[in-house]
Amino acid sequence: MKPLSVIVTSICDVFAWFMIVFGVYVINNGHNTPGGGFQGGAIVATFLSFMLVAYGGKRFFAWARAGVYGFLEFVGLAAFFVFGCFGFPRSFFFNSLAIPLGGQVLSEWIPYCGTISLMNVAVGFEVVGALSLVVIEMYESIHMIDTGAGMGGERGHDRFDR
Amino acid sequence: MTDSIVRTLDSVGNASYFVVALLAVMALFAVVTQKNMIKICISIAILGSSVNLFLVLLGYRHGGEIPIYFLKGAAETMVLPTPQCLTLTAIVIALATTALMLSLIILLHKHYGTLDIDEIRRLRG
Amino acid sequence: MKKTVFIMAAIVLAGLLCGMFEDIHPFGLPNNTLMDDYFLRHALSDRSAQNVVTSLVFDFRGFDTLGEAAVLFTALSSIGALFRDGGKKE
Repeated sequence: MKPLSVIVTSICDVFAWFMIVFGVYVINNGHNTPGGGFQGGAIVATFLSFMLVAYGGKRFFAWARAGVYGFLEFVGLAAFFVFGCFGFPRSFFFNSLAIPLGGQVLSEWIPYCGTISLMNVAVGFEVVGALSLVVIEMYESIHMIDTGAGMGGERGHDRFDR
Repeated sequence: MTDSIVRTLDSVGNASYFVVALLAVMALFAVVTQKNMIKICISIAILGSSVNLFLVLLGYRHGGEIPIYFLKGAAETMVLPTPQCLTLTAIVIALATTALMLSLIILLHKHYGTLDIDEIRRLRG
Repeated sequence: MKKTVFIMAAIVLAGLLCGMFEDIHPFGLPNNTLMDDYFLRHALSDRSAQNVVTSLVFDFRGFDTLGEAAVLFTALSSIGALFRDGGKKE
């Protein structure tokens, strides 16, 4: 995949960082606005495909590695499980950090919500890692097709086994 | 503004279910008749979207606001939250399934050099 | 020939679906809302959650969300396994 023209890369420089900021906003406000970990994580993962389309693979993988996203996904899943274990005397995934308010609607900027906001952040990390890794794996499969690496397992009707 | 939207939604009645039926039948027809695997993948995604739309439509209540105390305003009734929760789950699972389907399509194109399912069937054997 | 059969089958299926949709509850008047009313009443007072949907996803039905995250992880690892080189060196 070759890098696109200078117009696309300039627009990408401006708007790709807006994607990350907006996605982090959606993740952090997931407990009192529409949105949450999954949606915000999908928005943040748009950043990687955006940079990949604009700059091409060679320049992009010089500074972004797949191990970082694998680590993000591992951290997200582990943190999600640990936050679920917080409420163990009552039940799994019980919101033990919540303060019962008795029907009162808070009017603060970010109301307190217990483990829900922590789980939003954890799930956001997990979704960012998973979707970015899907994009990276699919991009690297193009290289496999070009070189024919790892092909020709089935004898008889493969293109690369004649 | 909101009252006019509510009145419009009240007047349509069960017509929104027919939209869901139309979407589902169109997607099923495309799954059966199309030859390109990418188009079949898109049709399966549309089928899943129609099911999600049906779930959300089942949970609507007349004059209901969004189920968020922070943003709902002065409204008394709220729409049912459980179908929205199920839809949230179903969307993520459909996304994972679509990614897996596209990867399998990449592998099939790598092996056979075509996306036509008839060609693939002819090549086998 | 084949396509006309499919079109007729699609029309029959659409008729069946529309007949089915005539029998469910009218739009905007769900029948049994006991569980959802319980969630709407108790999400804010007991669990201090402003957003009832998020409270459902992460608190009442948290185990479901754990399975959802597991599905995402399974799809990712199977995609990674599909695109391996198979142990062959060029």
